[in-house]
Amino acid sequence: MADFLFEIGLEEVPARMIASAEAELKRRVVALLERERLIAAGADAKSFSTPRRLAVLVSGVAAKQEDAAEELTGPSTKVAFKDGVATPAAVAFAKKAGVAVEALKTVTTAKGEYLAALVAKPGRAAAAVIAEELPKEIAAIYWAKNMYWRAGKPERFVRPVRWMIALLGDQVVPVEFGGKTAGAVTYGHRVLFGDAAIKLEAPAKYEEALLTAYVIADVETRRQKIRKALDRVTRTVEGARWREDHGLIDTLTHLTEWASDTSVILGNFEPEYLSLPEEVLVTVMRDHQKYLAVEQGTGNREQGTGKTPLAPYFLAVLNTEADAAGLGVIRHGNERVLRARFNDARFFWEFDQRVPLKQRVKLLENVTFQKELGSYAAKSTRVRELALGLAELVTSRGSKVDAVALDEAATLAKTDLTTELVKEFTELQGIVGGLYAKAQGASQTAAAAIYDQYSPESMEDSVPRTVEGSLLSIADKADTISGMFGLGMEPTGSKDPFALRRAANGIVKILAESTPALPLTLSEVAGRATENEAVEAKVRAFLVERLEFYLREAKGQAYDVVKAVLAAGSDDVRDAIARAEAVTSVRGSADFEAVSAAFKRMKNILAQAVEKGYLAHSPIIQTGNLIEDRMQRTGGSAINPVLGKLSSAVTEAKREIERNGKGNYVASLKTIAQLRPLIDEFFEKVMVLDTNPNVRKGNLLVLQTILADSRQIADFSEIVTAG
Amino acid sequence: MAERANKALTFQELLFRLQRFWADQGCVLQQPYDVEVGAGTMSPDTFLRVLGPKPVRIAYAQPSRRPADGRYGENPNRLFRHTQLQVILKPPPERIQELYLESLEAIGIDLREHDIKFEEDNWEWPVGGAWGVGWQVMLDGLEITQYTYFQQCGGMDLDPICGEITYGLERIAGFLQDVDSIYDIVWAIEPDTGRKVTYGEMRLAEEEQFSAYSFDYAEVPKLWEHLKLYETECLDLLEKAKGMDKMDELTLKRFPVLGAYELALKCSHVFNLLDARGAISVTERVGVMARIRALVVGVAKAYARQGELLAAETKELVAG
Repeated sequence: MADFLFEIGLEEVPARMIASAEAELKRRVVALLERERLIAAGADAKSFSTPRRLAVLVSGVAAKQEDAAEELTGPSTKVAFKDGVATPAAVAFAKKAGVAVEALKTVTTAKGEYLAALVAKPGRAAAAVIAEELPKEIAAIYWAKNMYWRAGKPERFVRPVRWMIALLGDQVVPVEFGGKTAGAVTYGHRVLFGDAAIKLEAPAKYEEALLTAYVIADVETRRQKIRKALDRVTRTVEGARWREDHGLIDTLTHLTEWASDTSVILGNFEPEYLSLPEEVLVTVMRDHQKYLAVEQGTGNREQGTGKTPLAPYFLAVLNTEADAAGLGVIRHGNERVLRARFNDARFFWEFDQRVPLKQRVKLLENVTFQKELGSYAAKSTRVRELALGLAELVTSRGSKVDAVALDEAATLAKTDLTTELVKEFTELQGIVGGLYAKAQGASQTAAAAIYDQYSPESMEDSVPRTVEGSLLSIADKADTISGMFGLGMEPTGSKDPFALRRAANGIVKILAESTPALPLTLSEVAGRATENEAVEAKVRAFLVERLEFYLREAKGQAYDVVKAVLAAGSDDVRDAIARAEAVTSVRGSADFEAVSAAFKRMKNILAQAVEKGYLAHSPIIQTGNLIEDRMQRTGGSAINPVLGKLSSAVTEAKREIERNGKGNYVASLKTIAQLRPLIDEFFEKVMVLDTNPNVRKGNLLVLQTILADSRQIADFSEIVTAG
Repeated sequence: MAERANKALTFQELLFRLQRFWADQGCVLQQPYDVEVGAGTMSPDTFLRVLGPKPVRIAYAQPSRRPADGRYGENPNRLFRHTQLQVILKPPPERIQELYLESLEAIGIDLREHDIKFEEDNWEWPVGGAWGVGWQVMLDGLEITQYTYFQQCGGMDLDPICGEITYGLERIAGFLQDVDSIYDIVWAIEPDTGRKVTYGEMRLAEEEQFSAYSFDYAEVPKLWEHLKLYETECLDLLEKAKGMDKMDELTLKRFPVLGAYELALKCSHVFNLLDARGAISVTERVGVMARIRALVVGVAKAYARQGELLAAETKELVAG
């Protein structure tokens, strides 16, 4: 048994791609060694990465595969021997298997007696297997963007390969890829160590050898060192704290090979820049410079925003280390760049204010939203109308909406697209509009709605803070979706160039999460966004599909629960969520499982009845007092007493469910689960499809009612049961 | 810091050193192209020479005009016209990245004293059907270089591919001299008097006047006419280029694909002026860009075809 180390040295790999590639390399190497019987399942493996390398270290690798024997099956004995003499078929098989005719055996299969041969499969040396198989695995690693670099374009990879190590114990495995042959040599930090080759004595020495060459190959160690250095440097300013940003720390971890106490600098900028909106400052620091923002101590928490205000400092994470003087030079350079950037931002901020948003409404006529759908001026008009229409609807249901503010917000919402600041920092669209609106005297509510109009931009993002913001965001997104659907530009498969799925996810998320709740259904959103009925139906179906996605991805609901719940109604987003959560909370109980299985059986029986012509229409009918009507009309005589008992119980349960209302689905589901003894008895004693047509009809009617009544929460027949 | 700034190279010394460095690496030093371009990549020395199998090593400083970036000389960090040093290495040598780092040492940047990072930044020029993958090279937080492995040009896959290194000379000079305004960069020092000639002295008037021209004076209807004229002539040449397959050798090698390219570049520049003037609505924008793309990509295809045909002729000649 030996350790196996593989490292591929590359020119700087994009930070965003490293983590997944590191994991994939490890997975592929382990799978390869397992498949080739060179390691036991669950063998120890560890992976490493820096911008310039990916590596994996596996322990317990066998020097060679165990010898094995494989049984080959040949022709049937009837064909292989004529009168006890081997036919050409037998001879050919023996030749193929590499054994003498005399060594052939016979095996009995279901199809009869066949010739067989035991073929020895001598184990191959691990090095030979790895040298042959590993290049295919390397080539198969997924990269979001690939390149060619060698003439003749023999392979594509994320960046040119500069070296490889493949060491099995002390033996080099000559793995070939990208024009390189693996050796036992790696390289350290380009600047701190220089370009001297480092010869590895053994795979297990990898991490240690790199450490002496200023490379921390373990990502988590590097991340922790960076965090520690950030803490340490920030402590030099009293009361200061760096603002947590996991995404940025992740990027910086993948942009560096080395980290130590002196790998972070704390720079400062003129406090006068703090008069710029924090959003602008943070965007410049984070997105453009990859700097972390620094906050003043918690004592200064700004009222209302819940955010701690920024301090005139920033933190830069270096891919090097230096003494105090050296850090001073680097800090000076970084400060110079940030000052220039802030200066630009301030220029735009002041320049833009010369033309207030109100005067920019007209400019939107020259900004195209979409060729067929017209300018942003046209879009704004549509969105305004839609938002105000939805506002009227929710107001009639008791919601409080500031219609004047909403009107103002919808009118000004897109005007920031004409500002220099948004042209420079496109990621700040909406936010900049909100800030300008506030600075130019718009109402607080209108400014907040403009600010939040693009929220939520992802499943993790928060929804607009106000009802007005929610309505504006929904209207904007619904207008885009219905407009694009109207042009036949619906998303297909992985293609969604206009991010319509994200827009629809946003609508669902707002309806699901906004506070206070918006009393709006998906049908109403779809119906008001377009006058074209065919488009409306498509948009509605699209929104329901996104609700399904939301239930599964954001709420973690199982596939069958989602299906069952949506079959019973998919219009009211919050209600669908409540029903799904209730079903999930009881689905584990034995009674509920049994009842679900019974409902499935009922549905099948009804389907059968329709097939045989006993029922004219679809097996599920709408709820009503059918049983009672029937009982009254027949005096109960035509109905089997067991069935009668069950139907009474169902009717009783239905009443209870109605009493429970939307607020208490769990109790209602328990009521349904309590029907189990009666349902069991029913299936035991009653032949639904009785030969007597009258009895049969009565039975079927009761079944239909049971299903219809129980379907208000979910179609339980969709629930996957263990049975 | 002051000490560093005093020893720092002047703007012209910076250019000399970089040119010397790359000349020593076998690059032919070309002069700037004399038609307006938005970036060094658009010079035919890059855009057309990357096509085809012929190895190329070339370096040149290219004044690059971006009318919309003009700020009347009032913004200390933005210019209507800046200077790029463009290095083209086809195929890229194995040690291209190391060579690049050595070039920084050559201009007085001791890498051990700075923080250098290669951050993903993929370059794309949709109008030219051109893209590549690469990095922006960050030095103490400043983007000093765009480093690209050119993959496609004129919509055609490159083979071999090409390494392209683009230095932003004003930024690097500003960094070396530690000045806050581009206009304070020392361009040259008069040896006899020791007087410092600044960037502002050399270029401020240009920035002021060309900003005014592109934002305020350029006549929109005339610009549209210019665009039309250049476009028509370029299209005529491209139409004639379709007959290249049947041309005799002399006519073929004299066929002005390079002339067609200049006309396409003129269109691109006029487009940028119209854009700066705010004369192009977003709707029109897509359409006009498609028109220019047709010219640029058309020229690239014609250039590649001409090269193939001429290479075939030479081969026949050798074989014959």
